[in-house]
Amino acid sequence: MTAFITPNYLLALPEIMLAGLACVFLLVGVFTGNRSTVPLTFASVGAMAIALGLVLAMDGARETSFGGMFVTDTFTTFMKCLVLIGAGATLVMGLGYVKREQMSRFEFPILILFATLGMLLMISANDLMALYVGIELQSLSLYIVAAFRRDAVRSTEAGLKYFVLGALSSGLLLYGSSMVYGFTGGTGFDAIAAGIKAYGPGNLPLGVLIGLVFIAAALAFKVSAVPFHMWTPDVYEGAPTPVTAFFSAAPKIAALALLLRVLLGPFGELASSWNQIILFISIASMAFAAFAAIGQRNIKRLLAYSSIGHVGYALVGLATATPEGVRGVLIYMALYMVMTVGTFGAVLAMRQKGQMVEEIADLAGLSKTNPAIAAVLGIFMFSMAGIPPFAGFFGKLYVFMAAVNSGLYGLAIAGVLSSAVGAYYYLRIVKLMYFDEPTEAFDRPVGREVMAVLVLSGIITALFFAYPAPILSGAQAAAAALFP
Amino acid sequence: MGLAIAAVFLPLIGAAIAGLFGRVLGQRVAPLVTVAAMGTSAALGIITFIDVTFGGNPGKAFLFDWISSGTFQAAWAFRIDELTGVMMFVVTVVSFLVHVYSLGYMAHDEHKPRFFAYLSLFTFFMLALITADNLLQLYFGWEGVGLASYLLIGFWYKRPSANAAAIKAFVVNRVGDFGFGLGILAIYLSFGSIEYDVIFAKAPELAGQTFHFLSGEFDILEVSCILLFIGAMGKSAQFLLHTWLPDAMEGPTPVSALIHAATMVTAGVFMVARCSPLFEYAPTALSVVTFFGATTAIFAATIALTQNDIKRVIAYSTCSQLGYMFFACGVSAYQAGIFHLTTHAFFKALLFLGAGSVIHAMSNEQDMRRMGGIWKLIPLTYILMWIGNLALAGVPFFSGFFSKDIILESAFAAHTGLGEYAFWLGIIAAALTAFYSWRLLIMTFHGKPRADHHTMEHVHESPWVMTVPLIVLAIGAIVTGYLLLPMVGEHGGVFGASILVLEHHNALEAAHHSPFWVKALPTIMAVLGIGAAYFLYMARPDLPAKLAKALRPLYLFSFNKWYFDELYDFLFVRPAKYLGVGLWKRGDGGLIDGVGPDGIAGAAWTIAQRAVRLQTGYLYHYAFAMLVGVAAIVTWYLFASSP
Repeated sequence: MTAFITPNYLLALPEIMLAGLACVFLLVGVFTGNRSTVPLTFASVGAMAIALGLVLAMDGARETSFGGMFVTDTFTTFMKCLVLIGAGATLVMGLGYVKREQMSRFEFPILILFATLGMLLMISANDLMALYVGIELQSLSLYIVAAFRRDAVRSTEAGLKYFVLGALSSGLLLYGSSMVYGFTGGTGFDAIAAGIKAYGPGNLPLGVLIGLVFIAAALAFKVSAVPFHMWTPDVYEGAPTPVTAFFSAAPKIAALALLLRVLLGPFGELASSWNQIILFISIASMAFAAFAAIGQRNIKRLLAYSSIGHVGYALVGLATATPEGVRGVLIYMALYMVMTVGTFGAVLAMRQKGQMVEEIADLAGLSKTNPAIAAVLGIFMFSMAGIPPFAGFFGKLYVFMAAVNSGLYGLAIAGVLSSAVGAYYYLRIVKLMYFDEPTEAFDRPVGREVMAVLVLSGIITALFFAYPAPILSGAQAAAAALFP
Repeated sequence: MGLAIAAVFLPLIGAAIAGLFGRVLGQRVAPLVTVAAMGTSAALGIITFIDVTFGGNPGKAFLFDWISSGTFQAAWAFRIDELTGVMMFVVTVVSFLVHVYSLGYMAHDEHKPRFFAYLSLFTFFMLALITADNLLQLYFGWEGVGLASYLLIGFWYKRPSANAAAIKAFVVNRVGDFGFGLGILAIYLSFGSIEYDVIFAKAPELAGQTFHFLSGEFDILEVSCILLFIGAMGKSAQFLLHTWLPDAMEGPTPVSALIHAATMVTAGVFMVARCSPLFEYAPTALSVVTFFGATTAIFAATIALTQNDIKRVIAYSTCSQLGYMFFACGVSAYQAGIFHLTTHAFFKALLFLGAGSVIHAMSNEQDMRRMGGIWKLIPLTYILMWIGNLALAGVPFFSGFFSKDIILESAFAAHTGLGEYAFWLGIIAAALTAFYSWRLLIMTFHGKPRADHHTMEHVHESPWVMTVPLIVLAIGAIVTGYLLLPMVGEHGGVFGASILVLEHHNALEAAHHSPFWVKALPTIMAVLGIGAAYFLYMARPDLPAKLAKALRPLYLFSFNKWYFDELYDFLFVRPAKYLGVGLWKRGDGGLIDGVGPDGIAGAAWTIAQRAVRLQTGYLYHYAFAMLVGVAAIVTWYLFASSP
């Protein structure tokens, strides 16, 4: 008979606070209607900021609560910060779009808030159940925001596709979880780890491995890694642009955090087995994204492939299963978040005569019509292509260095080669902006929020090399937490 | 000594000022700057000549160390001895006169500063070449002359033919220069130095010794000297490497005069004379020099017989006269070679500049078939051309008579097989020389006017700035032979220690005692040649065409320059071009670009298209891909993890 232990609610204070505030906002919205969209958006951003403050304040050694289902450590702190910053930035950035494009319904910020809450839970999950609950809270909110423009066919199609495939991945996840539970006798990460250890080397039943494959596949779906990526281009293109920006920034980070946690925590003993999956997924993602992106004409679709590729590069670090590699992943994701938010800021600025345009060709001659945005977007493109001295170069440097130090030369070479191919489509945008004749100027003003995010992320991307210490040391500490 | 060094560098300063600040100084001032510098240089050159060569006052000046690497030492040092003195006199004076003449000839050109800068630069390199105290410095001047000739021949760079000629001159010279470079390397290898004093002093001990190369033993001096001579063949347009010289006519006429009289082509003769202490111990090399010299003398003369371009006739005559100079060197009569070089410089510059004056008068017409009947219109030029041709043909008491006679006598007096060969070929070439010279005179000035009415109306004497240098050169063409006769005097003439002739090689000494018929024969041949030309072109103008018809194969052989251009085109140019085009189109374009950048880019594009096509938009395809992925990974584990 286990005594009922009062859980340490304090540990989950940011999540509890967000959940409470989200409910309050919902009530406010219901009573005041759509005119409260803008205040609620700012309120949601404020809630995220408070959560960010709490997360940072509670930074410390590993602690668990709720019967071991919920964990906090330096790793969760780092990832939660990224998610909250990414979510807040994209929410602010999308405000103008929401107001203009008849999307101004109060549910939008609240759904984003719930999705963010789901992500925080995912990051802190220390049990397959908690993991599933977090994922579903996040996913259900995302399905809705993807289809938020109910009157637009593409948006609803995107939402529906995402939902069906997401349900499939949830099925995979649950099936894998049940296999793992069946063979190890636990759902908690610690229990699973102990169960696997109890089998001893060489006697591991195949069921555990099959469960691991299913779980890994479901999580790979969430990070949109090849071959579980196919929803990404369609959903990115179909969803409203602020939603796409949000998709590419926050959920991806949360899912990757989960992938790291699950593979290194409960399945840490099996690193030599799962790193082959990761190796394959990583190479496939990098290479496929690099080639597929070349053929794109829509900027959002292009960025979808770009995000697939970036996940591939990040997974290079995970494939090494070393602290150095994980540190590389974390640095990569932090810099990726900054770059991708900034890039979507530029995409949000792509308006001609009040209409959003999304074709890459519309960027032609941007350097002449809007030199500031062209310059910032140019920085992001160079950075994503991995050209020094921009941030993206260092992201790649750390993961490739980790791969080389672990003897994964083939992986590093594949990564370098596909980043060479990938440089083509990034640099093509620079070429379009700087060397082609302008078509039509973008509308002005671009919007204060977008401009602020653009400038800030541009500065971080361009000047990361000058002061990399905060991100490096944060990632170092976070990575250490996964290797007790 | 300081004066001589100033004479070397003044043209460089003039070239730098005109070349770099030509735009600032303007079309009028920039040329005058170079002319002033060149004039001063010429005055200093004459002083040096009198002081050093006739005063017997050689000297050396050390400027600074240039390269010092291990045992290899090269300094910037000047060697102003009797031989250099003669050359300085020739180069600076002729170059100065050409500069002055160019003021008039190039008056209407838009790029005068550039032209004069090149001219002065050309002169500077030639002066650097003749004042060098080691082989590397000589090589510096040697290559610099090649560069400047390239720039000047291609001066009218908008003409494709000028560009082609410039490239031809450069490439053919490179062939010779390669041999020359190897020669210098061979000398450094065997002597351990490239300084004249060291290698000349060491030559006697190395005579007959061999060095090991690949799997053979080679005589050090013979090989080195032959390699050096290959360089001289290129620079002095000797048989086999002569093809660039006639094409060099594409440059402005003053350039031709400079190349043919003072700079560039005389470099080879000078070099052989300068290296006489080496050549003297290399009898085979001397034979080679004699053979090529004699062959060139007759070969070029036969071609000159049938050419119609006035400048081309004179160009081949240069080629032929250089042959004389070389076989003089070949029979160890270096002094005679240099003597002929000096007299030739004057009358050849005179002929070229005179031809330029004719061309100027005929509105840029160079074909002698469209000239004729103008001697009354431009009497001064006519008289000057007469003087030049008299000197060239070796008519008594003109300068060419003295120098050509002493060469032929030396060849005879050498009493060797090749000496005889050179002598008889030289005698025949002398007749041919006289013949084509008068053919030129008569076709150009006499007979009925064959130019069109319009051109004839514009025939006019050149301005004084062009005629005065011509008059000076004409005086030189008349008097240098007699005045400079001491150059070939007893006991090595005025050259002192600067030219070494071994006792048993002393053809020049013996030449003074050759039989009378040997002395008279060149003159008789010259008179015969002139007579034949008069008969054929003046008395019976219908005969040359009939003769050409009757001896058609011979005529075509000569007219087409022994088919050397065609032969080289077939042997070298086309294979090189095929190789180049092949490497370019197939090697670089096909293989490297095709498989490399283009191939990879093309493949990337194809893959991209296929990758895009995978994205069908159908939900069940997506779900299928996911499940296949899971199934594939699970399958892989089933097989990989089973023991």
